[in-house]
Amino acid sequence: MAVESEKVTADVIEVSEFPLIARLYNVFAVPKVVINDRVSFEGAMPEALFLQKILEATAEGTGF
Amino acid sequence: MPLLRAEDRRQLEQIFASQLTDPVTLVLFTQHDSPLVIPAQECQTCRETRELLEELADISDKIKLEVKDFIRDASEARTLGVHVIPAIIFQGKNRGTLRYFGIPSGYEFSVLVQDIIDVSNGTTRLAAETREQLAKLAEPVHIQVMVTPT
Repeated sequence: MAVESEKVTADVIEVSEFPLIARLYNVFAVPKVVINDRVSFEGAMPEALFLQKILEATAEGTGF
Repeated sequence: MPLLRAEDRRQLEQIFASQLTDPVTLVLFTQHDSPLVIPAQECQTCRETRELLEELADISDKIKLEVKDFIRDASEARTLGVHVIPAIIFQGKNRGTLRYFGIPSGYEFSVLVQDIIDVSNGTTRLAAETREQLAKLAEPVHIQVMVTPT
C-alpha cells in the first residue's frame, strides 16, 4: 500500500527486539496491525477489510 | 560463513533477475562496530542484518545498500523516522514510505524480498478497487505491522 500511495507509511516492526514498542501497543499476538494509532487488529485480514480499517482510521471514516 | 545458503542464493539470483526492473536502495541504520560495548546501546541484530543485506546487494546489481550510523547520522535518522535500530528504509519507485525495524529473518525474509520487488517495479498485486481508494486518501496513513520471528 505504501508502494501505491504517497500518503501511506508502512512499517514492519520485529517486536521481540523492541519490547517497549510491544508494551506500548499491547501486542499479545502477532501479526498485529496498528493504523494511525487509532485502529488495530490481530491476525491476517482480507484486502477489502484491511482497506475498510484504513478508511476507519482516517477522518472520513470516523465521521468527523 | 554466509547467512544465505548456496541454494537460496541461486534461487534469489533467478527471482531478482526476472522480477527487478529499476534499482532499489536499501538504507540501513545500524551502529558502528566498536570494541567498546556500551550495554544500553547494544544492538543485538545489527551485525547480522547488515551481513544479510550485504549478501542481497551482492546478488543483484539493482540492489544498492547504504549503511548509516544511528549516532553519527542522527539527524537523517530523525528525518526518516528512525528511532530504533536496525532499521531498513526502501527507496525506489514507491510513492509512500516503507520501513523495516529489526532483522527480517525466517518468514519475514520473504517479506523483505517481496518489498524489494514491489519497490523496484512501483506496482503491487493489490486489487484495482484498493488502489483507487488509496489514491483518494486525503490524509496520511501510518500502518504498523508488529511481527515476531518464525
